Amino acid sequence: MATMLQPPAADLLTPPGDAFLRFENVSKVYPTPTGPYTVLDGIDMAVNQGEFMCVIGHSGCGKSTLLNMVSGFSTPSSGQVVLHGNAITKPGPDRMVVFQGYALLPWFSAYDNVYLAIDSVKPDLPAVEKKEITREHLAMVGLTEAADKKINQLSGGMKQRVAIARALAIRPEVLILDEPFGALDAITKEELQEELLTIWNTQKCTVLMITHDIDEALFLADRLVMMTNGPAAKIGEIMEINFPRPRNREEIMEDPIYYDMRNQALDFLYSRFAHDDTE
Amino acid sequence: MVSVPQPSAGSSKNPIRWLMLNRSTWLYPLLGIGGFLLVWQISASLNLTRLPGPLSLWTNERTRELLLYPFYDRGGLDKGLFWQTMASLGRVAQGYLLAALVGISAGITVGLSPALNRAFDPLFQFLRMVAPLAWVPIALVIFQKNQPAAIFVIFITAIWPILINTAEGVRQIPQDYRNVALVLQMSKGRFFTKVLIPSALPYIFTGLRISIGLAWLAIIAAEIVMSGIVGIGFFIWDSYQQNYLSDIILAVLWIGAVGLLLDRAMAWLQSRLTPGQ
Ligand SMILES: Nc1ncnc2c1ncn2[C@@H]1O[C@H](COP(=O)(O)OP(=O)(O)O)[C@@H](O)[C@H]1O
Ligand SMILES: [Mg+2]
Repeated sequence: MATMLQPPAADLLTPPGDAFLRFENVSKVYPTPTGPYTVLDGIDMAVNQGEFMCVIGHSGCGKSTLLNMVSGFSTPSSGQVVLHGNAITKPGPDRMVVFQGYALLPWFSAYDNVYLAIDSVKPDLPAVEKKEITREHLAMVGLTEAADKKINQLSGGMKQRVAIARALAIRPEVLILDEPFGALDAITKEELQEELLTIWNTQKCTVLMITHDIDEALFLADRLVMMTNGPAAKIGEIMEINFPRPRNREEIMEDPIYYDMRNQALDFLYSRFAHDDTE
Repeated sequence: MVSVPQPSAGSSKNPIRWLMLNRSTWLYPLLGIGGFLLVWQISASLNLTRLPGPLSLWTNERTRELLLYPFYDRGGLDKGLFWQTMASLGRVAQGYLLAALVGISAGITVGLSPALNRAFDPLFQFLRMVAPLAWVPIALVIFQKNQPAAIFVIFITAIWPILINTAEGVRQIPQDYRNVALVLQMSKGRFFTKVLIPSALPYIFTGLRISIGLAWLAIIAAEIVMSGIVGIGFFIWDSYQQNYLSDIILAVLWIGAVGLLLDRAMAWLQSRLTPGQ
């Protein structure tokens, strides 16, 4: 198995060139009553098309802020985020988000939630096709049976499946997930990780995903971005995860390199950038 | 699997048994109302008050006629209580529908604009506190005629809860839903019908339900001061002028029953249109 550890910070300084998605010297400063508060300071990073990127870092360091500048809900205070050579200024369906609280409309069924998304983004598509896409994506996450259930009748795991189906049904170029599986039980979480990988394999969209779980990141990601603590957080390290795909959880966990990487991430989070609770 | 319906304690076939098993649901209200009527009748019989007792609905000949023949119509103002009530309900319907229309539209506009909200909320909160009766002279001055003035009094009384609740409902639309609309770049119309209205609907109905009660209260107030119209409110005032005191008691029964029906009807509509929210 050809996996290898990258030396720290090796990737940080690669020239962004004409990468698919680039953070160019991005900083984010919030005005607060006690003066300006710098959340992110000078982020430079390039993401390749079709890449699966995970972001990890202590709570409050600015992970959501970072991805919100890709989705367009937030704009950089200086620098820019560039997709296809164009600076991102506002939200759009090419960068779909799986929201932290699912954000499904409870007065609709699972089916209608997905259909509404397709209908909003591609109103001119024939209705038969829109219905077909809706069914296809609900089937991908195993929700064919529950398609007509109202959102409130679904379990947390099923809601998250609907949210993922909705996000992927509009065929985004970039899929953004903010701690998508944090609230789920361990078994549902592993199921959803596998489903997400399967769908990602067929669609090959670029994925940016925030997580708290190192094992999750090692199973899913091509690269793991580790952020330093705020204020003025930076990218501390980017770890290459080269396990071949399709991945098998048991297999990669038997690889000795898995534990090297795991320890390296743990060391980063809990020794070098241990959370300072007194702040 | 087929389940055989089992007779349960609450759904016995025998009506006498059913009454016995569910007596707490009817016995206590019956005792309460019966006791109240008894005390009232006794105090009337002992001449503690000039107000006739509940038995006068039957013992007074003119009131008994009104009680037994609600549908008579001898032209002019001389109509049965059903027609008096219908005339009032007609006015309420017009004023209330107008209030719902204007209240919901204005509420959405104000709810969507923080600036408009800040500008007008104090005014709404103030006008909301003005009693229906206080609007009557103003309405008469504006419209010079009884009928439109009565409808205006309904309108102006009923609109505030609808407007204020609708605006609140729109403000309470979760940011998550707005964000979904933003990412999907939903058109204004789609956002309106698929997100805004369903999300605000429970609030809108809260306003509509408060207002239907207020509207019915207001019509009585409005008609009492407006002479010469068919309507249950003016009927009460007219009976008072002529000292037909037991007629007033009968009319008050009609008013209470209709108010209760209106409130129940709105509650039913609310449960049908906002299921599970
Ligand atoms: N609108 C805002 N105004 C001021 N401070 C904010 C705002 N949004 C986020 N922050 C602050 O920015 C920091 C990073 O937030 P966030 O990106 O949500 O962190 P994470 O997702 O890594 O937990 C936090 O300290 C938070 O309090
Ligand atoms: Mg966050």
